[in-house]
Amino acid sequence: MEKVIFLFLRQMRMPLILLIVAYAISIGGLVLIPGRDDQGQVWHYDFFHAFYFVSFTGPTIGFGEIPYALTPAQRMWVVFTVYLTVISWLFAIGKIFALVQDPAFTRAMSEARFIRAVRAIREPFYIVCGYGETGSRLVRSLVNRQIRCVVIERDPEHVADLHLAELALDVPCMCGDASVTRHLREAGLRLPHCVGVLALTGSDRANVKISVTSKLLRPELRVIARVAEREAANNLESFDTDVIINPFESFAEHTGLAVRAPSIHLLHRWLVSLPGNPLDASVCPPRGHWVICGYGRFGDAMARYLNAEGIDISVIESDRGRIEAMRGHLPERLVVGSATDPEPLHEAGIESAAGVVAGTDDDANNLSMVMTAQQINPRLFRIARQNKRDDDEIFHAAKLDLVMEPSRVTVWQVLSLITVHYLAAFLSEARRQDEAWALALLERIREATGGLTPQTWMTRLNGQDAPGAAALFEAGAEIRLGHLRQEPRRRERKMPRIALMHIRHGEHTLLPDDELVLEHGDRVLWTARDGQRDQLAWLLHNPDQLAFAMDGKERPVGAIGRWWFRRRMQRQSA
Amino acid sequence: MNMEKVLFGFFVLLALTLNFGFVMGDMENPEHHHVFELFAALVVSLVATVLKFGDRSHLGAVLLASSLVADLHLIAAAVVWGVSSQLYASGDSPEVVASVVSLAGGALVANLASVVLLVVETLTLRR
Repeated sequence: MEKVIFLFLRQMRMPLILLIVAYAISIGGLVLIPGRDDQGQVWHYDFFHAFYFVSFTGPTIGFGEIPYALTPAQRMWVVFTVYLTVISWLFAIGKIFALVQDPAFTRAMSEARFIRAVRAIREPFYIVCGYGETGSRLVRSLVNRQIRCVVIERDPEHVADLHLAELALDVPCMCGDASVTRHLREAGLRLPHCVGVLALTGSDRANVKISVTSKLLRPELRVIARVAEREAANNLESFDTDVIINPFESFAEHTGLAVRAPSIHLLHRWLVSLPGNPLDASVCPPRGHWVICGYGRFGDAMARYLNAEGIDISVIESDRGRIEAMRGHLPERLVVGSATDPEPLHEAGIESAAGVVAGTDDDANNLSMVMTAQQINPRLFRIARQNKRDDDEIFHAAKLDLVMEPSRVTVWQVLSLITVHYLAAFLSEARRQDEAWALALLERIREATGGLTPQTWMTRLNGQDAPGAAALFEAGAEIRLGHLRQEPRRRERKMPRIALMHIRHGEHTLLPDDELVLEHGDRVLWTARDGQRDQLAWLLHNPDQLAFAMDGKERPVGAIGRWWFRRRMQRQSA
Repeated sequence: MNMEKVLFGFFVLLALTLNFGFVMGDMENPEHHHVFELFAALVVSLVATVLKFGDRSHLGAVLLASSLVADLHLIAAAVVWGVSSQLYASGDSPEVVASVVSLAGGALVANLASVVLLVVETLTLRR
């Protein structure tokens, strides 16, 4: 704000001085030139009346010759003053308009507004660097989950998109390069409410710079960076960035997971999606021979992960330069040619293949590849990479089995990391379980939520998050996990909430038993239908309710009732 | 030589001298205090204030503050004089003249502070 004022004052110096001088000359002249009153006596303007006269002639209001008709000499002077003051005013006003439209001034204004908006945030917030495909998706998802964020974006058009996007929370946005330290600081990097930085710009270099800056200035912050090249990822690892997301790698990993254990993959999708939507159906990529069209970063990652699952692949790539560059670790079955034509597909063995992956960076080509392949072999499992969000509709219409959208994959991963504590830990533990385990859990979740996506959250049993439970712990009560699932009205029934994981001193127990005895400071990761979270919070905040859930005995709430209750207890024991 | 500095020094000093010229004389005697001098002092003081706009240094801020104080005093003096002479026709009475002159005296002190600061700044630059 200070910068804006200084810019304004500095620019207004000249016009203001001109105005002061013009007024001084006009007033001084009017006072000095003698006039005549209605009786013909010599009369002089005093300063007050001269100021009055100039004040209304200057802005061209003009009340007339006040208080007495002017003499010719006065009129000559007034003609001069009118031009002088009117021009000075026009100059000053023109300067103000020019200043308001000046790019430097408007930038300073919007920057000042941004800084004020960031300072005004009183809740934990994330700094999102980059509002492209991924950034916009992520910001919308975060806002839908009531998480505050601040955006830095370099492209003014994307900034305009953000202003037009109707979001439920106010998202301050600055137009600037996020890899500049000053911009990160202005976005609140040093503010105590800032809890993390998400580096999602289009350039690996910028993301590395953002992560390094954030880690150096605030080592305790969570920094999540997206990178596409493995070099950049290695660079970031050496700087202990908390999480490095490579969308191609993670999608390939997930596809591999879906081949090995489709239910674990589905569990992932259910737990991360927004609560209250219909549950996704299971996706089962078949084993057998796969054809990968396009051997770039994505094709390479897919080939590696599918190979690791014991799937036999062949690759079609048209770019000879790329084939040269990859020499040394090329797949055994490589066909040179464009997969949009049938011949290379035939050569790659599409007739007997189980699946096809179209992974180039051109959406139209990807769709064309998949369609051509499908015409030859209608039973194929089809995966295509979608690069632009605008192509949503056509990809949807193509009825593919899986769509790989790098931005969506990134958003998913970020959400599992920052929306719910320990969800990412749970998911990585779940990946080590077998298919049957996941299938049973999926069935439990479907039953508990009635076919809608669940809400997943973490509760900590301490004085802050669960004062009721903390009070009972202090009184020496033995709270079991099952007590937290107790339905208040019917003792024999349990609430449909599932404890996914129990965490004590960094030790994780998956799907803990109802008989587990809880301790102060334990964390429990829950999943249940939307709304169960509030019910559990109510239980954990109110010691009487929790005690009732434990033994089913009503306790008096008021002081007199409690005294009566104690007396009765004493009498009973005596 | 910097033309901006010359202009700036000129106006700051002129504001002080004009102000002093107006205050000089018998406190209550209207003949010793001409309205033209007050007018000139006010105009020059306003110009000096605007010249100080936009200076981001600490000294610049203090100079601007002292100038604003002087303006305030002089405007108050002009308003007192104008109101008493226009509305009550008592512009020449000793009480009014005394209060106008004492208000202008306050502005004189502020202008003096401005000049002292200016001299201090110049001296530090020399060294």
